[in-house]
Amino acid sequence: MSAGVVLDRVSKRFGTESVLADVSLEIRDGEFLTLLGPSGCGKSTLLRIIAGLEAQDAGSVFIAGRRADRLRAKERDIAMVFQTYALYPHLTVAENMALPLKMRRMCLAQRLPGIGRLWPGRKAVARSIRDDVAATARALEIAHLMHRKPGQLSGGQRQRVAVGRAVVREPSVFLMDEPLSNLDAKLRVVMRAEIKQLHQRLGATILYVTHDQSEAMTLSDRVAVMHRGTLAQVGTPQAIYADPENLRVAEFVGSPMINTLSAIVASPSGVVLDGVALPLRTGLPAGGAVTLGLRPEAVSLAPAPGAGLLNGTVRLLEHMGAELLVHVALDGGETLTAKLDVARAGLVAVGRAVAIRPHLDQVLVFAADGRRLRCADHGGAVPASRGARA
Amino acid sequence: MTAGGRAGGRTALALARRGLCHALLLASSCLVGLPFVWMLSLSAKPPEEIFDAGFALFPDRWYLLENYGKALTEHPLLLFLANGVIVCGAILVLQILVCAPAAYALAKLRFHGRDLMFAFVLIGLLIPQQVLAIPLFALAHRLGILDTYAALVFPFIVSPFGIFLFRQFFKTVPDDLIHAARLDGLSEMAIVWRLMVPLAWPAVVAFSIFSVVSHWNDLFWPLIVIRSEELMPPPLGVVAFNDEEAGSDYGPLMAAATVIVSPLIVAFLFAQRWFVDGLSMGAMK
Repeated sequence: MSAGVVLDRVSKRFGTESVLADVSLEIRDGEFLTLLGPSGCGKSTLLRIIAGLEAQDAGSVFIAGRRADRLRAKERDIAMVFQTYALYPHLTVAENMALPLKMRRMCLAQRLPGIGRLWPGRKAVARSIRDDVAATARALEIAHLMHRKPGQLSGGQRQRVAVGRAVVREPSVFLMDEPLSNLDAKLRVVMRAEIKQLHQRLGATILYVTHDQSEAMTLSDRVAVMHRGTLAQVGTPQAIYADPENLRVAEFVGSPMINTLSAIVASPSGVVLDGVALPLRTGLPAGGAVTLGLRPEAVSLAPAPGAGLLNGTVRLLEHMGAELLVHVALDGGETLTAKLDVARAGLVAVGRAVAIRPHLDQVLVFAADGRRLRCADHGGAVPASRGARA
Repeated sequence: MTAGGRAGGRTALALARRGLCHALLLASSCLVGLPFVWMLSLSAKPPEEIFDAGFALFPDRWYLLENYGKALTEHPLLLFLANGVIVCGAILVLQILVCAPAAYALAKLRFHGRDLMFAFVLIGLLIPQQVLAIPLFALAHRLGILDTYAALVFPFIVSPFGIFLFRQFFKTVPDDLIHAARLDGLSEMAIVWRLMVPLAWPAVVAFSIFSVVSHWNDLFWPLIVIRSEELMPPPLGVVAFNDEEAGSDYGPLMAAATVIVSPLIVAFLFAQRWFVDGLSMGAMK
């Protein structure tokens, strides 16, 4: 049985440092939600609070509609996959996976070494545990590793065992704390797909912590971007990418990073960037400063300089296979990265002058304090696709 | 040729240095080992050879059977050994039962006064057993346990050294492992016995050897609290030899001493690997 998790104004401080400030978030039943943020933003602490391994200073955690603040970790019916896998090094893979079941299904007397075997009913319980462990191991393709110890496994195998130990007892919520960060790049992509499949197969609620935005974008139903102990934005991966709340979210999500260019407000319906007038509505009085956010794919190459085009010189070319990243030094001194189809590679060369056309409908406008300005009348934002916010 | 000669000179120098090292090590180990060898030698000699002016490692007349026979028959040496096993076993089991949870709390749980508690443990390490002998004797008297096994065991149940050693070892266990165990449904006690103690196995072995050796060889405390011969641990039993035979019967005495230390040597040889592991791992972090 899966279950939803609700966080209500959770706060935590370590000494004088505030790690989490009034975090409220709803993780729906069966949802895959990712907490995304740079290291030190409090996402792992939040996970530990939900698991009951750490106590919050204020606020409440609800699991399956039940207030869980006073429940101990083992009473919350939550399983966690750790970044370090946290497998018990002195137990075999089979014993690692059986331990959580043993602790739940056997009474104290049955668990005792030696004499526990003589206790009535132990045999049946032991068989049920063995069967469940074997079934999970088959599903995760680790059945051939059952008698090895964690020290004899590769990183990917350990990761599978760690997932297996979490899956085998069928918890209502899974917490995953950067489970892929210790794997090499290739394996990470494979395991990423497997975790996605696991979620589809189990229909479980998964709360996933990562600092890797590509993991967050590919895995999640919704992404919660965290910054300095607060939630910067919660929404679908598409909404987070196309419609960020503020400059920080826009900068954190997307690779290569979004281009940020400073511009001056010329009139409520136009800005000036590098001496080039762009018809962008800001609603701000003339003379104010704004930041324009341009995704690398939100620009294209113009055949010749002209009105509304940014002029610059190509500084660097990066071939990415199907795409070409062009680093341009604009005449005004700013730099810009453009993502072009590799078919256009013939048009650019390092040192050549180019004209860049910004796609005005995709330009994101941010106020000086990083807040997103949404009064642009060209419809850069797509309100319909915005995810629900907590 | 020249190069070869120089290289040869260097190896000769290295050889000489290594030889010197080994000579020093040999000399010091002889110094440590000699009394032991002498004990073995005396345990095989007849009385008239023991006080010979000359130095002979091997006796002219082998007297092994007589000495060891006398040691084993004239006094209940096997009873002393059994007492030693009972007392040392009880001390060790109780020590681990107390030390492991205490060390876990000091290493991994957060509570007020933890550092102060640990400071007390360190102070406990500094106090020699003899200082506490009189209060402990008074306590044993009040409890009415003088001249029983309990009197031999109770002062040693809480071992500051054990708590310290285990704590240092437990500190090296990653927190994630404990978190995983809590989520898997292990109680704090289950974490201690199912996770921490098995992981700290080398430390447990090292501590066990320390504990058994020191209490097996302890003469001071048994001398104070034990009168009945049937409760005497091995060293006290050997002293009993000395008393009654007026010091003249050294052959059987040395034979008894040999019998008494041999279990320790055998145990150490078995546990040697873990012993070294346990000490060095405790020392590294």
